[in-house]
Amino acid sequence: MNEDIYANYSKGDKSSLIPLLQDTQDKFGYLPETELNDISDFLNIPLSSIYGVATFYNQFRLTPLGKNVIRVCRGTACHVKNSVNILQALETELKIKAGETTRDKFFTIETVACIGACSIAPVISVNDEYYGRLTVKEIPKIINKYKREMKKELSNEIESVGA
Amino acid sequence: MIELTINNIHVKAEEGMTILDAAKSVGISIPTLCHMKDLFPTGACRMCIVEVDGMRGLTPSCAYPVMQGMNVNTNSSRVRRARKTIVELLVENHPQDCLVCVRNKNCELQDLSEKFGLREHRFAGEKKDHAIDISSASMERDPAKCILCGRCVRTCNEIQKVGAIDFTNRGFKSNVTTPYNKGLNVSDCILCGQCILVCPTAALREKSSLKEVTNALNDKKKYCVVQIAPAVRASLGEEYNLPLGSNVTGQVVTGLRRLGFKKVFDTNFSADLTIMEEGTELINRLSNGGTLPMFTSCCPGWVKYIEQNRPNLLDHVSTCKSPHEMEGAVLKTYYAKKMGIDPLDMYVVSIMPCTVKKFESGRPELTEDKMPDVDSVLTVRELVRLFKMAGIDFDDLPEDNFDNPLGESTGAAIIFGTTGGVMEAALRTAYFKLTNEDLPNLELHDLRGSGGIKEAKIKIKDTELKVAVVNGIGNVDEVLDEIEKGVCEYSFVEVMACPNGCINGGGQPIHQKQDKVIKRVQALYELDSKSKHRMSHENESVLKLYDEFLGEPNSHKCHEILHTEYVDRKNSLRKKG
Repeated sequence: MNEDIYANYSKGDKSSLIPLLQDTQDKFGYLPETELNDISDFLNIPLSSIYGVATFYNQFRLTPLGKNVIRVCRGTACHVKNSVNILQALETELKIKAGETTRDKFFTIETVACIGACSIAPVISVNDEYYGRLTVKEIPKIINKYKREMKKELSNEIESVGA
Repeated sequence: MIELTINNIHVKAEEGMTILDAAKSVGISIPTLCHMKDLFPTGACRMCIVEVDGMRGLTPSCAYPVMQGMNVNTNSSRVRRARKTIVELLVENHPQDCLVCVRNKNCELQDLSEKFGLREHRFAGEKKDHAIDISSASMERDPAKCILCGRCVRTCNEIQKVGAIDFTNRGFKSNVTTPYNKGLNVSDCILCGQCILVCPTAALREKSSLKEVTNALNDKKKYCVVQIAPAVRASLGEEYNLPLGSNVTGQVVTGLRRLGFKKVFDTNFSADLTIMEEGTELINRLSNGGTLPMFTSCCPGWVKYIEQNRPNLLDHVSTCKSPHEMEGAVLKTYYAKKMGIDPLDMYVVSIMPCTVKKFESGRPELTEDKMPDVDSVLTVRELVRLFKMAGIDFDDLPEDNFDNPLGESTGAAIIFGTTGGVMEAALRTAYFKLTNEDLPNLELHDLRGSGGIKEAKIKIKDTELKVAVVNGIGNVDEVLDEIEKGVCEYSFVEVMACPNGCINGGGQPIHQKQDKVIKRVQALYELDSKSKHRMSHENESVLKLYDEFLGEPNSHKCHEILHTEYVDRKNSLRKKG
């Protein structure tokens, strides 16, 4: 039980479910199952109902994010420019579906309704970088760039541990 | 009074009444799916929409109150078209495997499809795809057949207050499921099956035990015996279109013999036995300063609930096995020995109005030397399937009697099938045991009826005993909270997980006919009032069983055979941080 989170809420107050879930996600980056159990006991709401709320809203995640978050724009302009192919190429490249995280926790794919960069459709963002006027061919290149970075980081870590 | 017109008929309705109820009062039926009587309307399915003059869209009649001068049309072409489209969309997102479905010919979606004359597939498209949850011992969940009416969710959350399932995700991915889609066996579900009774399709159903029972019946080495619960005799006739509350005991016995069971026994026998054991346990607890209040343990759904939610209070639950488990235990010990049958060859089937009993019969605490007290449990619905498969028709079926000695019973046992019955039966015997006199009035009307928590005070000699009956698991937390706070005044509490008791159990025939509960309950009380003996201690076969085999009630042997223990399931269910 995280006292710092629960301190702001009163026991059994069902209306504080969503703020409590938001605080929990802020702290952990996602909603861990053990935390949902605690919230269920604290607010006296069945776990099934809490799970229902957590899966209803897009803002809540039940699994931790990968180190690199790829957001694929599925807004109207990008849709017209075949962003569905971009999404499929990413899914094939990383062997996961939208909303999932790779087993090595390097990548998460998310879809968003509109990134707000329609002039360069179709567009994706990886962390804070944007890639516009994309073609399917460029996808492996972009992914490899981040994979190389991740490997470099890893080997640095291993060296520092070794030293 | 509010005056309005519905389909050009002048209607007088009370203020606050919904259009749906007002229409019903003049014989106009409006189709519904999500609507549940006595619960706050959700207006989710839009099946009950009607056209109201002056309103822009179509109005859900289940959620809209009547207003003065309202002009309602429940059958305009616009209404019919809209309703038909709703049904078509539901049907197209449904497996449509009616011919091989357990709810074939008893399905609300099928009825609506027929009612609106669906003759083509207009909306062929993607269908939802969910795996069937077969994880629990009693029930199956098939979300592909779910039409998301939400009646199960509301029953589980608002009536039973268990909260095992809820809506998850949204839009096309909406699904009624357990937390993390994990399976009922690891959820908060107590397997009461009330959700099955309200499900319009086969999305919720019992786990069938027909195959194992028919296999046992075909096995020449097995000595198959069967017992039927008190509540079964008052409801089974409904599956044969007999009037509500018909008593079909005799026909069921004949039917079971024709299926090939060697002996047909009555769970009522061991209901009397339960009273002897539980009554003695209560008297002992009262006189030796034991843990009070004592709870009844007949209902396995209630036992599962307290094991999962309040294991700290398990000492309050009577250690008696439930009646059908006692019957099984007595059959495999006393009866097998008496008849010279190897108990390993004996196969005991229980016909129950209950789904949890399937789970219960598999509990390791109710198994002796790898031999379960009861081998299989069939619901009333499953038995009827078995009857129909075997060509057993009730129209010309002669009546027969139970086999003895485990077929004799008293009126006290019969009322086990309804809320308050166990308490009433126990008090009849406890009073006699303590005073050597019969209760002044054998019928305890304070304990009857459909109230949530029913109380009664009984004066026995100089002490006044305060008892309570909890009708439906949704009402039990109040009593449990009182015990935890130390302010509970009751000495003895009966709990039945299903509202109105076994008579409305999760294994009973499925239909939404009104008065079904009242008529079934009346049938049981009538059987009781007509009984020659109405107190459990007058059951001669039970007394003989004690004489020949068990000794005294609550003797060491009784504890070995008729009593059980419980387990803490709270922490095994939930991941703790």
